[in-house]
Amino acid sequence: MPKRKEDAYQEFVKGLWRDNPVFVQVLGMCPMLAVTNSAINALAMGGATFFVLVASSFLVSSLRKWIPRQVRISTYIIIIATFVTVTDFTLEALVPTVHKELGAFIPLIVANCMILGRQEAFASRNSVRLAVVDALGMASGFLFALFTLGAVREILGEGALFGVSLFGPDFEPWVIMILPPGGFLTLGLLLLFFSWIKERKQKLEQRLAQLEGETQ
Amino acid sequence: MSSLQNPTAGKSEPSSAKLIATLSFAGLLSGIIIVLAFEATLPTITDYKARMLRQAVFKVLPGVSDMKQMVYRDGALTLSEQAQKDDQVIFGGYDQSGKLVGYAIPGAGPGFQDTISLLYGYLPSKRQVSGMEILASRETPGLGDKIYKDLAFVSSFETLSIDPEIKALKKGKRSKPNEIDAITGATISSKAVVRIINEANQRWLPRLEQTPRLGNEE
Repeated sequence: MPKRKEDAYQEFVKGLWRDNPVFVQVLGMCPMLAVTNSAINALAMGGATFFVLVASSFLVSSLRKWIPRQVRISTYIIIIATFVTVTDFTLEALVPTVHKELGAFIPLIVANCMILGRQEAFASRNSVRLAVVDALGMASGFLFALFTLGAVREILGEGALFGVSLFGPDFEPWVIMILPPGGFLTLGLLLLFFSWIKERKQKLEQRLAQLEGETQ
Repeated sequence: MSSLQNPTAGKSEPSSAKLIATLSFAGLLSGIIIVLAFEATLPTITDYKARMLRQAVFKVLPGVSDMKQMVYRDGALTLSEQAQKDDQVIFGGYDQSGKLVGYAIPGAGPGFQDTISLLYGYLPSKRQVSGMEILASRETPGLGDKIYKDLAFVSSFETLSIDPEIKALKKGKRSKPNEIDAITGATISSKAVVRIINEANQRWLPRLEQTPRLGNEE
């Protein structure tokens, strides 16, 4: 049993950090760049994707024995599209202002390759429990990445976070950060940062192994 | 763990009928769920839209305590609660004694990136615009979105003469009552707002002038 627990933990952490869908796998770039001009939009988009991914993974994994191989992708798309449409209506009813800002990008979650990718690569081959844990991890990783980008862009581009001014009226906002180029700039810098961390870790491990070899 | 592989893998290919049945069933189920979600959220969504519109009407027509929807049909303006999809709708604003104060007129037109739709108040007695509210727009964040975020720009529509027509000028150049300051860095968006109002005026003012003041009779 402890082994199984560890498995689940690994699946979760994998999505959040080691295989982060945005920073490591570089998936889901369209919503990533388009709606992260403020922290609240990024959170709403991340939340919507979170729900769709977890719900679809659950359903795909539960139905995996009944879905014929030949039509599996179409069936996954139907499942994903249903959840996306339900999310779209729900957001419009509950948070109309955010829904207005996100606009066409909510329906476009259907085309988020990260979601379909998880169904094909994981949910359709694993137990419901693992599929849900994997989806939770990936979705949290996506949410984390969107929020980081959204927060950085809003702080620099508007001098505010969640609409609360941080630096007072004297701060001249870097308008470019909330325009599309700001998205590419910020994403590029964040990717750089993540691969720097990764490389440093690899070097450290190499040196450790070397040292161990020498002491023996 | 992955006992899943396909149950049909070892056996022969599933028949086309089975594939079609699976997809039809998935589609049917999905359709039902979507319709249910739509029905469940529709009242909230329409409510919200109606409330936002109401708020906008009261904002662009200060001093108004009641509003009624009017429809332009067959060359005449009539009070009508139910508007069809293609009807041209405006809103009459009434003060506490039931006297018609002004009209809230919707307008839409191309902005810098996408259609800007707005609502503005018009006072026939003074031939003035009494306020302007952007209902939907996708102007550039930080620049074009100042058409509703820049309070100085929004408030310049509060006592704006419409004769002969509204003009947006470079900042600091305005001198006449029918001129407003365009927003620096968002000239196209500012001019778009002005053009939308001018076009709506051309369309509506002749109609309003030949219509009896609806509401006075009540």
